[in-house]
Amino acid sequence: MLNTSPILEFKSSTFFSPILILYTNDMVAIEQMLHEKINLAPDFFKDSPLIIDLRELNKLNLDLDFAQIAQLLKRTGFFPVGIRGGNEQQNKQARALSLPIDTVRELGNPIIIGEAQKQESIQQPPAQPEVVIVKESVQPTAIPPVPAASVLVTQPIRSGQRIYSSGDLIILSQVSAGAEIMAEGNIHVYNTLRGRALAGVHGNTAARIFCFDLQAELVSIAGDYKTSEDLNKQTYNNPVQVYLQNHALIIKEIA
Amino acid sequence: MARIIVVTSGKGGVGKTTTSAAIAMGLAKKGHKTAVIDFDVGLRNLDLILGCERRVVYDFINVINGEASLNQALIRDKNCNLLYILPASQTRDKDALTHEGVGKVLDELSKDFQYIVCDSPAGIEKGANLALYFADDAFVVTNPEISSVRDSDRMLGILSSKSRRAERNEEPIKEYLLLTRYDADRVKLGEMLSLEDVQEILSLELLGIIPESKSVLSASNAGIPVILDEKSEAGQAYADIVARYLGETLPHRFIDGKQGFLRRLFGGRK
Ligand SMILES: Nc1ncnc2c1ncn2[C@@H]1O[C@H](COP(=O)(O)OP(=O)(O)OP(=O)(O)O)[C@@H](O)[C@H]1O
Ligand SMILES: [Mg+2]
Repeated sequence: MLNTSPILEFKSSTFFSPILILYTNDMVAIEQMLHEKINLAPDFFKDSPLIIDLRELNKLNLDLDFAQIAQLLKRTGFFPVGIRGGNEQQNKQARALSLPIDTVRELGNPIIIGEAQKQESIQQPPAQPEVVIVKESVQPTAIPPVPAASVLVTQPIRSGQRIYSSGDLIILSQVSAGAEIMAEGNIHVYNTLRGRALAGVHGNTAARIFCFDLQAELVSIAGDYKTSEDLNKQTYNNPVQVYLQNHALIIKEIA
Repeated sequence: MARIIVVTSGKGGVGKTTTSAAIAMGLAKKGHKTAVIDFDVGLRNLDLILGCERRVVYDFINVINGEASLNQALIRDKNCNLLYILPASQTRDKDALTHEGVGKVLDELSKDFQYIVCDSPAGIEKGANLALYFADDAFVVTNPEISSVRDSDRMLGILSSKSRRAERNEEPIKEYLLLTRYDADRVKLGEMLSLEDVQEILSLELLGIIPESKSVLSASNAGIPVILDEKSEAGQAYADIVARYLGETLPHRFIDGKQGFLRRLFGGRK
């Protein structure tokens, strides 16, 4: 008998990768903005794959040294995994770095988070952004996305702890200052929220945060955030919901 | 099988060693054979507070390295023959503590003792992590100030995720709050957090409040755990804590500060 154990296998799967859309070639501004974004969600961005989108930049006829930006991204902890919308020169540089070019196929499937967000950020970039990081689905082949399971937590989440859910995140206990909770979907905290809460981290602008007692250090929906300094005194210490409306982060008491 | 208690805090200088010595003595005085281990390798404080520093021959690291047997290294307390001390080494560095080594020593002690009290070093590094790894119960020592409370919260996160019980998916470590160096007058002036403030942040079962008390320093200078100073408030507070830990229900004291003469005369608190 021949040995039939498989040598390798090709499988199609769905995975998410953030896409970095550049609107400027000012390396200093890009680096600063990157650090700002990373500080918001260090764990989320650490070692994250990244596709670099240069369409907007090239529309504006801004020249960019692709090798330089790739190096900057690696230095800040990202793994560039592809380029799209590059010009001939940039594609050549990408190829030299073994990065695939324009291989990101997109699905017109409206269920996919990020697609709508991406269009929004391209059509009407929020007031002069230098960098927009959008989590977007990357689909090598068309497979309907499976809805992610939600995560339920009953233990207190203490300072220094991080919780991530690829669906909704439901927490029954307190979230301490210095703790970080992140979800690709909604976040519910049926207790005091003192730490940082980031919902819709893959760019789902419809995600919301609900909590019984808002004392958060930071709340964020799809990257739009407010820190405790910006939180209204009225909503502080109250049961609230947080959501995005016309690109504005709304914090509203739940009556 | 012994019950392993870790006395921990994250922040330094909050009263871990004072507490470890007091409760170990308290448990022994109640008739339980108790060992107290100094995990603060390189500093060695516990033997001073227990007044046995001159009898230290071998230490915890010697036992881990197989250079001495447990029986050679354990020091029997001069005040209570059910209490034994395993001192830290002053000459080694923290790397001498190993996971397997600590586990082996605790296993061996478990056969013979009812309670093992682990006096953790400050910080959230190796020594502190090893001190809590094998624990069944945690006494989280906290001062009424925000940095101490924050560090305790951090420690609680580590207790719930990096212990043997967490790794084995067993029942979690039982966590208790010990609020020490509590100065009711300064709390009233708003210079320190109140018990309520601390509880709101940590929400833990309160085992007791230990007031700020001069008797702690004099006891440690004399090399006698403060719990043996029955007249001192700190000594009484620790005695209450041991009793509560062993299952007695006692009302909490020392929340409102010194019992005034009149109040004592007419009894009770308002
Ligand atoms: N209730 C108290 N009243 C007054 N002083 C106290 C009290 N508890 C502890 N102290 C003092 O605080 C200091 C630190 O105490 P201790 O050594 O027990 O803390 P520790 O947490 O073990 O410190 P380390 O983190 O360095 O190991 C000592 O000088 C001790 O006398
Ligand atoms: Mg100490």
